Amino acid sequence: MSLQYVGLKDINGPLVALEGVSGVAYDEIARLRLNDGTERIGRVVELEGDKAILQIFEGTNGISLENTRTIFSGKPLEIALAPEMLGRVFNGAGKPIDGLGPVFPEKMGDVNGQALNPVARQYPRNYIHTGISSIDALMTLIRGQKLPIFSGSGLSHNKLAVQIVKQAKLTGEGSANTMFAKSTPKGGTDAANIGSTGDFAIVFAAMGVQNDVANYFRRSFEETGASERVCMFLNLSSDPIIERLLTPLCALTAAEYLAFEKNMHILVIMTDMTSYAEALREFSSSKGEIPGRKGYPGYLYSNLASLYERAGVVEGSTGSVTQIPILTMPNDDITHPIPDLTAYITEGQIVFDRDLDQRGVYPGLSVLLSLSRLMKDGIGEGYTRADHQAVANQLFAAYAKVQDARSLASVIGEEELSEADRAYMRFGRLFEDNFLNQGFDENRSMDETLDLGWDLLCTLPKNELDRIDEKLLDEKYDPARAARFL
Amino acid sequence: MSNTIYSINGPVVKAADTKDFSMLEMVYVGSKRLIGEVIGVTDKFTTIQVYENTAGLKIGEPIESTGQPVCATLGPGIISNIFDGIERPLRDMTKLNGVFVAEGNALFSLDTEKKYDVTVTVKVGDKLKGGDFYCTCPETALITHKCMLPPNVNGEVTFAAPNGQYQVNDTIIKIKLEDGTEMPLTMVQKWPIKKARPIARRLPINRPLITGQRVIDTIIPIAKGGAAAIPGGFGTGKTMTQHQLAKWCDADIIVYIGCGERGNEMTQVLEEFSELIDPKSNRPLTDRTVLIANTSNMPVAAREASIYTGITLAEYYRDMGYHIAIMADSTSRWAEALREISGRLEEMPAEEGFPAYLPSRLSEFYERAGYVKNLNDTEGSVTIIGAVSPQGSDFSEPVTQNTKRFVRCFWALDKSLAYARHYPAIDWNQSYSEYIEDLSAYFNENVSPDFMDLRQEISNILQEETKLMEIVKLIGADVLPDDQKLAIETARVVRVGFLQQNAYHKDDTYVPLEKQMLMMKVIVSLYHKSLDALKVGVMLSDIMATGLFDKAVKIKYDIPNDKLGMFGDYLKEIDEKIGALSVSLGA
Repeated sequence: MSLQYVGLKDINGPLVALEGVSGVAYDEIARLRLNDGTERIGRVVELEGDKAILQIFEGTNGISLENTRTIFSGKPLEIALAPEMLGRVFNGAGKPIDGLGPVFPEKMGDVNGQALNPVARQYPRNYIHTGISSIDALMTLIRGQKLPIFSGSGLSHNKLAVQIVKQAKLTGEGSANTMFAKSTPKGGTDAANIGSTGDFAIVFAAMGVQNDVANYFRRSFEETGASERVCMFLNLSSDPIIERLLTPLCALTAAEYLAFEKNMHILVIMTDMTSYAEALREFSSSKGEIPGRKGYPGYLYSNLASLYERAGVVEGSTGSVTQIPILTMPNDDITHPIPDLTAYITEGQIVFDRDLDQRGVYPGLSVLLSLSRLMKDGIGEGYTRADHQAVANQLFAAYAKVQDARSLASVIGEEELSEADRAYMRFGRLFEDNFLNQGFDENRSMDETLDLGWDLLCTLPKNELDRIDEKLLDEKYDPARAARFL
Repeated sequence: MSNTIYSINGPVVKAADTKDFSMLEMVYVGSKRLIGEVIGVTDKFTTIQVYENTAGLKIGEPIESTGQPVCATLGPGIISNIFDGIERPLRDMTKLNGVFVAEGNALFSLDTEKKYDVTVTVKVGDKLKGGDFYCTCPETALITHKCMLPPNVNGEVTFAAPNGQYQVNDTIIKIKLEDGTEMPLTMVQKWPIKKARPIARRLPINRPLITGQRVIDTIIPIAKGGAAAIPGGFGTGKTMTQHQLAKWCDADIIVYIGCGERGNEMTQVLEEFSELIDPKSNRPLTDRTVLIANTSNMPVAAREASIYTGITLAEYYRDMGYHIAIMADSTSRWAEALREISGRLEEMPAEEGFPAYLPSRLSEFYERAGYVKNLNDTEGSVTIIGAVSPQGSDFSEPVTQNTKRFVRCFWALDKSLAYARHYPAIDWNQSYSEYIEDLSAYFNENVSPDFMDLRQEISNILQEETKLMEIVKLIGADVLPDDQKLAIETARVVRVGFLQQNAYHKDDTYVPLEKQMLMMKVIVSLYHKSLDALKVGVMLSDIMATGLFDKAVKIKYDIPNDKLGMFGDYLKEIDEKIGALSVSLGA
């Protein structure tokens, strides 16, 4: 029989305090039963003597100092885990909200997770083909990587995320199928079906996103035939803010289970990390903690790391967790604490550029700011193509010079530029219009992408291509390749 | 009366009404016996930071005193191992707990089963003082481990085991202390991680740490026993630079501390270093490397400890007479751990929420570097290379600024260089080394008498370019006179051909000092010859048409490290081709 504590000592924002408790464990979950019969879930965030402070996930609306009975569960927050989670929709705290009843648990999982032992990790090497030239060639996504998308309000990050999901395919292990063929048979997600559609699945965590956005993703997953392979955790912008802090924890716990115990390749999309960090700030300030930069708590880095580091490939399992967190940079400022700390933890970043986006380039990615740290080990001979690194280096270097030429041109005018600088100006335009720009339905193969890169490089004089080995250059360089652009 | 937990807030736990604990003492917290350290004592509360995840702890669980500070375990088996922040062996942990790091295991740091081939170097009756060696054993193919008396122990040997196979916890010798008690010594000793190991005296710093990276060795060198900081925003290549240094620098032992960084990076170091063969010894690099991995999602207090654990291990090997280089990646994460704990203690914050004692902690750490005479009369050194991750890539933030005060070598990584994929992205204008004067004698004596002069010429060319680029940005390059254009062209050769270095190219990843010097010689000679030619009226465009500049850029790939004789041909070709231009003009 469990002990019930009647009433509360204190209510402050999402936090409540209880006095006279004993035997309570740090981080354990409590249920608060209100007099009207409803129930809320709280987590112990601080203990002092006989006083416990609880964070209430659903918010403290309607709670008074007297109308609650609190029961401590003795356990951290756990969610039910089973392969049948795929195709289901949950709220931020891991409760089903699609009306299909609870998931029958194969096991219960502690949402806090534990740190992966670095010795048990395997270094990620297999690349994921996205069919998007700029990503495949210049910021290659690797299985087991965490590669965030930095965007701003109004840019096409959601569209890009959907396109990645739609086109993503693994190569190298004979499985050259897209993650979700359109012909995927509709039906239940029984074990046989999982086997037949490959070992892919998506875990989607929405934190503080608008209803429309969540619907856009849901619709897109349906259109691509992926919805049975998607497990959604939705915390919409109207949902309680503390629940938002749990959303990625639940999603990643599900992802780890599916990847490391069921040997699936899981792509986790988390949007919007900015809302998550803001929820954390709100929580921290109501707890009365000393703020760090811009009011965010000092542990924002550790907290974000505890999410992002849950990506990877481990020994003893053939599955993987790949993360694509999406965040909107407040005021397009990449030095804001959220993108800044994120990029220090993640293995690179894909950054949107507002100017390009406004010029109608889709996806309007800022090539120079974007980076994939794991790319160097997952491309080249045996993975993509032997000349990949050389092409990528030269495209980066050339595009960096385009920026110099442009800033010079803005001062002295384009006519006054030297021959070489004018060639760079032209290269810049062609690169943006042909290489970066591609349709939402255009799926380019690696060869197409790299050859396109070569074609564009051939619009430059040969002696400007100083990042490419002489021999390779002689073999590939041919001014005629540039003809179709001129 | 037993002590119990009174309050829990994240990694900070308090005990009430007790006087049993002393500052910096190690304690076991709770029924899971989590490892913690006492960080504050008042008459009301004892404050403890816990090195493991505190979820599940309850009020009233016991806190157990150990009576000693948090110590590193020192003995054979450290090299080529991987530890967490409080020196628990991560490999053994996988055997126990699987792929995740679980709490509550006080695992012994070293392999207690393995037998080492021990040679005892003392005999009964020998008088030993702190730091003296008493036995040696091969630890890896590269490193001979030498067991020393703990620094504070003196006495006479009363027992010495014969040479043979021993495990680390076997008694090797016994000594009679001055007070008459007998003390058995195994191959293991403990040392508090927050206390520097004693030395006889510091020696002047005058030998470079040779890294094979041109921009470092030649332009901004670091000395053995020195301290350097590598600040840089995300994506500028801090980790890459540290990996390169760890692979190629001429230290005997590398201590690589992954402090609050990515798990995959540590895995990469583990994999890469076991595959990479050290050219000098033909052994994998792991034979000289210790890894300390406290990734960003591992407990924050252990992140704070990882830096101290790393430097204590380094000092221990220094005491054996080795040269150690420490890579700390990243010290900013360590500072953030300090901030986080400080915040939980509700201390008054200074700049940006960092505690006011941040500078003193940083200086304590960097001051543990040095080139020293050890207690046992050997010489050794500890070189610290700390990465700094400035918030928002802004070098004026507290960690970068305070670090700058305590290091004499500053390798600033620049975003715009990194965007242009100019690696290593060390910005030659912002970076500096105060060791240049200490080291100039070494370079001039051991590489070439004109080494420092060549270096100065190269620096001048770069400075000239920086000045000229201001003008070019405003009015374009076309209006400059030929001699200034020449400076810009030469600077391009320096930047692309010399400063840029390709870590993935077999010859370019490590370049011996001799080749660095010869490359400078070619560039400087090309510049001077061209300048002379301009003076007699040769057009710059004609000089450029000789292709000599493009050829100079590619020297790094075209001349293998073992065929430095080829440089003679290059110098001759420059003389001839540019000479011919002047002559044709005269005729």
